[in-house]
Amino acid sequence: MTSVATATTAGEAPVFHLEDEHAHAEGGSTMLGFWVYLMSDCLIFAMLFAAYGVLGGNFAAGPAPKDLFDLPLVALNTAMLLFSSITYGFAMLAMARGQVRPTQLWLAVTALFGLAFLSIELYEFHHMIAEGATPQRSAFLSAFFTLVGTHGLHVTFGLIWLVTLMVQLGRYGLIAANRRRLMCLSLFWHFLDVIWIGVFTVVYLLGMLR
Amino acid sequence: MSTDVHAAAADAPHAHHDAAEPHGSLKGYVIGFALSVVLTAIPFWLVMGGVFASPTATAIVVLGFAIVQIVVHMVFFLHMNARSEGGWTMLALIFTIIIVVIALTGSLWVMYHLNVNMMPGHDMSQMP
Repeated sequence: MTSVATATTAGEAPVFHLEDEHAHAEGGSTMLGFWVYLMSDCLIFAMLFAAYGVLGGNFAAGPAPKDLFDLPLVALNTAMLLFSSITYGFAMLAMARGQVRPTQLWLAVTALFGLAFLSIELYEFHHMIAEGATPQRSAFLSAFFTLVGTHGLHVTFGLIWLVTLMVQLGRYGLIAANRRRLMCLSLFWHFLDVIWIGVFTVVYLLGMLR
Repeated sequence: MSTDVHAAAADAPHAHHDAAEPHGSLKGYVIGFALSVVLTAIPFWLVMGGVFASPTATAIVVLGFAIVQIVVHMVFFLHMNARSEGGWTMLALIFTIIIVVIALTGSLWVMYHLNVNMMPGHDMSQMP
């Protein structure tokens, strides 16, 4: 947003000079930038969903969703992620009140739910692979493991980030930079829950109907 | 004109900063959570209980619930509104949704027709 200012004096040609951009407060544009990153991440998931939508019916005479998926387990997994979403919300509320300890406590609870989600997902993957339903078995399984695995990888990195921020909070407290980081992770964490809505609907529920 | 705004922002960087940081409220989070639980439980019940005889009807209803729940999450958890960051987050979201819809419908549509029209059942060697 560089504006051009003109100064004219009678009889002289107008002089143009560029005004420097004013100094932004540090991190002032981080939230918008992070949102744009999330939108690009959303495109990655959209492509993986498209791949699953196209290949999801190609079983290559291998196992189909009905043979593999255990809906009660998926429901439990969904509940874990949903609980972690609201506990992260509680952490943000504690942060808004300026309480370091409760913020850390709610972050820890969020991490436990996130860990439970990952454990259940890994158990499911292990179970499937033990049954011979590996990613290389059919196009359906390749697309399944890529989509659900990418989501799981995001949750893993979210967890690492979360633990890092808990340490940061312990060291430096609720300084402006840590508040900003917690806001970013909040967006990231809730965004992963939004993606999971798409996963359990398209992959698991619609898979069982196929 | 713009210098006034800049001066004001420089005077109160935190006021400017906090305005862009919605933390939500306890009420908002609880409402969002309750709605999410209901909107998750119903589709699971529809599929696991086999409520509708027609799988197509179930699929459409389940997808409808997913879209509603995504909107609920966007509003109550991600605090989306047309005002945050001067409307730029909403603009980015709308742009993303347009791209996602084009990519998803385009891929599914094209690949479905490819499957239907080029099934191995057609024996090309019999063609004149």
